[in-house]
Amino acid sequence: MQTPCFMGAGCYDHYIPAAVNAVAARSEFVTAYTPYQPEVAQGTLQVIYEFQSMVCELFAMPVSNASLYDGGSALAEAISLAHAHTKRRRIIWSDAVNPAYRRVAQTVNVAQDIAFDCVQTTGGKQAHDAFSMLLGEDVAAIVLQYPNFFGVIDDLNSVVERAHSVGALVIVITDPMAMGVLRAPGKLGADVVVAEGQPLGNYMSYGGPYLGLFCCTNELVRLMPGRVVGVTKDVDGRRGYVLTLQTREQHIRRDKATSNICTNQGLMATRATFYMSLIGPTGLREIGEACGRRAAYMMQKLAGIPGFVLPHKGPHFREFLVRVPGTAEEFFAYMAERNVLAGVPLSRIGANDDRGLLVALTETRTLEEMNRYLELAHEYVTGGHS
Amino acid sequence: MNIPADCLYTKEHEWVKLSDDIAIVGITEFAQGELGDVVFVQLPSVGTKVGQGDTFGTIEAVKAVADLYSPIAGEVIAVNNDLDGNPEVINREPYGNGWIVKIKPANFDGDRSSLLTPEAYRDLTSA
Amino acid sequence: MSRDVRSLQQESPLVFELSRPGRSGYQVPPTSDTLPEFEVPANLKRHTAPRLPEVAENTAVRHYVNLSTRNHHVDKDFYPLGSCTMKYNPKINDELAGLRGFSLISPWQPAADIQGALQLLRDLSDALLEVTGMDDITLQPAAGAQGEFTALLMFRAYHLKQGNARKRIVIPDSAHGTNPASIVLAGYGVTQLPSDSKGLMDIDALKRTLDEDVAGLMITNPNTIGLFESNIAKIIDLVHEAGGLVYMDGANLNALMGIARPGDMGFDACHMNLHKTFSTPHGGGGPGSGPVAVSGKLAKYLPVPVITRKNGLLDWEFDRPDSIGSVHTFYGNFGMHVRALAYIKSMGGDGLAAISENAIINANYIRSKLSSAYQIFLHRPCMHEAVFSGNLQKAKGVRTTDIAKRLLDYGIHPPTVYFPLLVPECLMIEPTESETRETLDEFVDVMLKIDREASENPEMLKHAPYTTPVRRLDEAGAARNLNIRYFNDADA
Repeated sequence: MQTPCFMGAGCYDHYIPAAVNAVAARSEFVTAYTPYQPEVAQGTLQVIYEFQSMVCELFAMPVSNASLYDGGSALAEAISLAHAHTKRRRIIWSDAVNPAYRRVAQTVNVAQDIAFDCVQTTGGKQAHDAFSMLLGEDVAAIVLQYPNFFGVIDDLNSVVERAHSVGALVIVITDPMAMGVLRAPGKLGADVVVAEGQPLGNYMSYGGPYLGLFCCTNELVRLMPGRVVGVTKDVDGRRGYVLTLQTREQHIRRDKATSNICTNQGLMATRATFYMSLIGPTGLREIGEACGRRAAYMMQKLAGIPGFVLPHKGPHFREFLVRVPGTAEEFFAYMAERNVLAGVPLSRIGANDDRGLLVALTETRTLEEMNRYLELAHEYVTGGHS
Repeated sequence: MNIPADCLYTKEHEWVKLSDDIAIVGITEFAQGELGDVVFVQLPSVGTKVGQGDTFGTIEAVKAVADLYSPIAGEVIAVNNDLDGNPEVINREPYGNGWIVKIKPANFDGDRSSLLTPEAYRDLTSA
Repeated sequence: MSRDVRSLQQESPLVFELSRPGRSGYQVPPTSDTLPEFEVPANLKRHTAPRLPEVAENTAVRHYVNLSTRNHHVDKDFYPLGSCTMKYNPKINDELAGLRGFSLISPWQPAADIQGALQLLRDLSDALLEVTGMDDITLQPAAGAQGEFTALLMFRAYHLKQGNARKRIVIPDSAHGTNPASIVLAGYGVTQLPSDSKGLMDIDALKRTLDEDVAGLMITNPNTIGLFESNIAKIIDLVHEAGGLVYMDGANLNALMGIARPGDMGFDACHMNLHKTFSTPHGGGGPGSGPVAVSGKLAKYLPVPVITRKNGLLDWEFDRPDSIGSVHTFYGNFGMHVRALAYIKSMGGDGLAAISENAIINANYIRSKLSSAYQIFLHRPCMHEAVFSGNLQKAKGVRTTDIAKRLLDYGIHPPTVYFPLLVPECLMIEPTESETRETLDEFVDVMLKIDREASENPEMLKHAPYTTPVRRLDEAGAARNLNIRYFNDADA
């Protein structure tokens, strides 16, 4: 595109290999329905099994479902699960959790009478002391985002331990694209891991369709929402795939179902599966490093331009918060006139921070594009626009 | 249809048999046939107190799920852990190795009046 | 490895089994040396790489192309899955959704940048309001189940505003399973009413249950037996008189377009499945899209954001104090919205009306043609789907499952089976408008053939299918010995 995109905040402009489109455009995947007759749906079913296997690998978790609607719905379902499992009605999260996810999770769970306590972060970190102070035996789960909404890579260890010690579940929202470089949430003690799967080979497409990734521990599998595919054999002994654990679902358990969700984002999960097959473990690591290095470069350089302030220190993955001179909307407009989509003003997501701009760097941003961004930012200050 | 004479029954298709003052509970042959292949049984923990008619667990087949209702009041003193890896035993031996829980009755004589005799249960299932 | 004679019934490898260390289907461009390193504290660094497959691009493409051939799909053959409206998906829909101005825009772009996208959403909203006769709409729900849940949250908000959320939602026993699941999630109890002898809502039973605890009624119209609720006006009046609200599950809207409108019937809310009525492809189980249209009294409870016009520009409005909140991270499944509007625009109003008429004609054609061999559940004309009971075949020792599996050998996807629950050995056939008479005749012929097979060789049917990539699968085994990922070790 002629307009380089530095916008993220939950939706990212990663490169999509042409092979993903070519294979995902096949009618066999596009115009099939839910695999209710497994004998003639082995293509869809095996793809989902491979999808589940890959998502488990990304997050180092033992169980993945076939996907949910999007990142927000995955978090909402994780909270319902925590409530069903613990019978408790309090959730602790922080302002470093994507505000759009929080809005969806609160809306979906409004009738469950759940209290949501929001911790204010300090320096972009999900403050462990504040979490610890609120943690008690009435807490169903804590929700941590890793890397968090501001791109900060938090060390979650102590707060995870503390949450487990009071019997609360730990829900980690993560990012599949960081899983080649960052320790997997499964290794950090997460009980439920959710993520937006859009970056895995799906277009930004103005907000949807995307897919929610959802993993949990073996202990929680019977409370898991959504579909899941398992391996079995046919009458001739051939390996085959079926929807399994269906008794959790609405078409059987009706009012006692674990969730009302009765589909997955099949085609989006199919795209994610092709994408992961193409990039492999090496590609995932290299893309992760490319994002992290670009973010580090831009942070370093922007910090040197007068009037630009970087409130969060330490390592970031792909995205960071910068406070620009003047308002973020004015800066965005200035850059947009010069064909650069400079980031997402926090004010646009309802945050009370006129100067805050979230800047995202995928592997598709070139050095030239970044340098042009920096030049323009410099001009913005020196040209007296701020 | 096998309906052992030494058991009493519920309308929800559980059987109960008293042996040395301990009540053994399972589901009937009729029930396992209606459910189909049993794939999972959710068991209560030992020590759970149940009232007559309370649900104490669930039993799942591939495309059906049913609550398990306690025929009598009392305390669960044992659960059949073999069902964990081997739930199909309920299909094969519903009255034998497919038992589900053992309950120490609180008031067996009081509870038995609301249970079905083998004859009454046969009438129920052949209706 | 040696290669055997190929057949579709050969076991297919998993992509992980094709993996060889060091191979890759994608090369990440190198990052300039002038950029700083990516520094992460050692305890947060990944040390063991996820075991994603390592395959070349052509290996991956062949693998997934081969897998794809193991699917039945609408572009291959007839798919009369009742209540799922598996109509043909015109290719223009996908082409338009793939336009870069749609597929490459970020949901955070400012309104001035994306007036085209917003205008498209406005146009789709207006078209759906015209079809349904309702007053306002949200396009946010990503599926039908989420749509009905969204509507229930609006019911709850409405009643809370009147001072009392109320306690129960009433549904008929023919309701889709999502209805009771959504009701519980919305904080209500479920009251299920038996259908009357005509397969419709039992008005007397409804009257008996209506009181000040009833928050509303959810009803599918036409219902899941394919019948139009002929007393719908009376039903809605009764619920309204009791202070409740009425929701139409629009799963079966394909029978109504240009014929009757839920808004005119008096419904307070209805969802529609763009992936059914409006031809967006099913994608192997998603993405769907389940917009919810509402009457004026529910408009202020719609999810945020809603589209408004500010200073001459279309824009999103978040500041709606009575809104229930949001059910989607962004604005819903936009790619599906593009496809649905493409369909509506290419059909036009008259075209949509013709669709419903033809859907009804096709279903009644099948109903009449099959009635010589299959038991019709209710002897009256149906709407867009024909419901049979397999009781006559059961008497020959063949279950509905066996009929369904045998259809697979003839290359036809079976109808929905064993739903609705109140019809024994149920076969629910929805041919849709997009099939030719020749296809319908072929299907009828196959169904009659299977009935003869049931008489002549029931044992053969019990082991069908024979020709599919795999034959009957051990579903109990799959549930007992759960294997839901390839690397089944503690190291995951």
